[in-house]
Amino acid sequence: MGFFIEVLIGGLLAGVLYSLVALGFVLIFKASGVFNFAQGAMVLAAALALVRALEVMQVQWHWPFGLALPAAFAFAAAVMALIAWAAERLVLRKLVNQEGIILFMATIGVTFFIEGLAQTVFGADVYPLNIGLPKEPIFLLESLFEGGVLVNELDIWAAVIAGLLVAGLAVFFQRTRIGRALRAVADDHAAAQSVGIALNQIWFIVWLVAGLVALAAGAVWGSKLGVQFSLTLLALKALPVLILGGFTSVPGAIVGGLIIGAGEKLAEVFLGPSMGGGIEIWFAYVVALLFLLVRPQGLFGERIIERV
Amino acid sequence: MFYREAGQYKASYGADQAIFPIAQDRFVVLAGMAVAFLVVPFLASEYTYRAVLIPTVILTLAAIGLNVLMGYCGQVSLGSGAFMGVGAYAAFNLAIRLPFLNPLVCILLSGFVAAAIGIAFGIPSLRIKGFYLACATLAAQFFGDWAFLRIKWVTNHTPSGSVNAPPIQMFGYDLSSPTATYLIALTITIVLGLAAKNIVRGHIGRQWMAIRDMDIAAEIIGVRPLFAKLSAFAVSSFLIGVAGAMWAFLYLGSWEPAAFSIDRSFQLMFMVIIGGLGSILGSALGAIFIVLLPIFLNQALPPLGALIGWKISTATVSHFESMIFGALIVFFLVVEPHGLARLWSVAKEKLRLWPFPH
Repeated sequence: MGFFIEVLIGGLLAGVLYSLVALGFVLIFKASGVFNFAQGAMVLAAALALVRALEVMQVQWHWPFGLALPAAFAFAAAVMALIAWAAERLVLRKLVNQEGIILFMATIGVTFFIEGLAQTVFGADVYPLNIGLPKEPIFLLESLFEGGVLVNELDIWAAVIAGLLVAGLAVFFQRTRIGRALRAVADDHAAAQSVGIALNQIWFIVWLVAGLVALAAGAVWGSKLGVQFSLTLLALKALPVLILGGFTSVPGAIVGGLIIGAGEKLAEVFLGPSMGGGIEIWFAYVVALLFLLVRPQGLFGERIIERV
Repeated sequence: MFYREAGQYKASYGADQAIFPIAQDRFVVLAGMAVAFLVVPFLASEYTYRAVLIPTVILTLAAIGLNVLMGYCGQVSLGSGAFMGVGAYAAFNLAIRLPFLNPLVCILLSGFVAAAIGIAFGIPSLRIKGFYLACATLAAQFFGDWAFLRIKWVTNHTPSGSVNAPPIQMFGYDLSSPTATYLIALTITIVLGLAAKNIVRGHIGRQWMAIRDMDIAAEIIGVRPLFAKLSAFAVSSFLIGVAGAMWAFLYLGSWEPAAFSIDRSFQLMFMVIIGGLGSILGSALGAIFIVLLPIFLNQALPPLGALIGWKISTATVSHFESMIFGALIVFFLVVEPHGLARLWSVAKEKLRLWPFPH
């Protein structure tokens, strides 16, 4: 039982990280109807910018950690702003009114471009990232089970960060002027434009917010696994999360991430050995596909859905 | 001046429906084929065969297959790499388990296995489309990756997971020289490519295009979406499967599941988008472009970098490659969604009026 809970918690915490990536997808999809395949590449670009800036500031300029960390975050945020601006200016604006699937393919192009550019500029090795999050393994519930439940402290911090991010985004969407404009654009582009909301500006802002979410995801994943190219594969893992949670729902991204994370770890540990192992890579997709047949709009998505 | 259709009268329905109605087109196509079959084998070196000609020819067929699905029927697929893998492993298993079959027969039969699997994974397309379908085909890709690696029966219980193709021979002759390999691949690609061209011109192809342009309208005028979509999946998977079997038997020789990873799917998708969605010729142009560009960059970038004092490593070249591919995809989607094939037909239009464009 202790082992089951340990796997479950490990899966849930991995799921939190999937949610962080899925969150970026949802934000952009809600505001512009674009399915942004480049989210994974943005995570990689943000993490690379962060880790390299941190390295330069600490090693070459001898800044203290307390100063270098915020400065590096600011630098990475600036990089994300640049990407958001370029994506809006050079890609989205030119493809306005095109079919969703054309935009989707365009974001695949953007993905490859960002991946290539980020690795050319910032380097392509595996960089360990230390942003001051503790990494000690800790034992929970030792009184209940023998040996307790092993949890990595970093994962708990990741969960805390994800929670704060969601709360922050909720406030941003509900309470601020820009948030209202974003929701208006999500509801109806033309109507939003007619009441004087500048679409281009909104798209820039939403890509920027998605970029900042990518930065948070990149920082957490990076400190867990090291900053490396395989971070982009996260984007692919976020797709089933989205199908499960619904493309337009922020809480859906979180719950979907938790279900996928826990489900795939449990399946790997308890079903995997009887099927030759390694089922982690497709389990999430199969769950998502089955779910699609029953409830195509996802757990929390809006009912309107393109179907044949 | 030379590219005129004036004076070419069509005296029969057969002539009217000819695949290349203009005599000059027929001449160019025949001349091109003659060069490919008769001249190239005398000029090409072993390196040219291995690095350029054989991959281009095989990937052309795979791109045609994907174009049938994406360009003609409008169903986005990110799982084409896995379908190539299905073809490759099907051919391998046929060759291992039915040793009396000629490897070339195995290559062709593997297409039918791929078509069957393609239909199975095409079933979700009846209910979903767009991104959802892309996700479903991604599931096919990851499931394929897993199956090739973990289901031991597929690799005939090879401990390393790497399998070898049988030697290619026919009527007792050894056909494993690069020239013979190239000619075999070229023959299969041209025959199947022409077949595909005829299918997309015929009533099945028109059904696909009707579904692509507007599924509801197509249904109302009597196109059965079930039949149209599944036939597109079947034909596309057949072509991709044969291409995958050729890739494994004629090009790689021995391979691991990584040869058919998601990178291959993206590569094929780039060929289709850059070459031209909904064009057989475009698939070939896209394949040529995507095969040649990395070779060109590998040759050209390091000297260029040296000019400005920047030492460019192989890794950097591959990053540049990915940047250029990404930028080109966006460029073509924005500027010319019909790709290189459209540029070609624009050139032909211009040529018809030249030198007196009124």
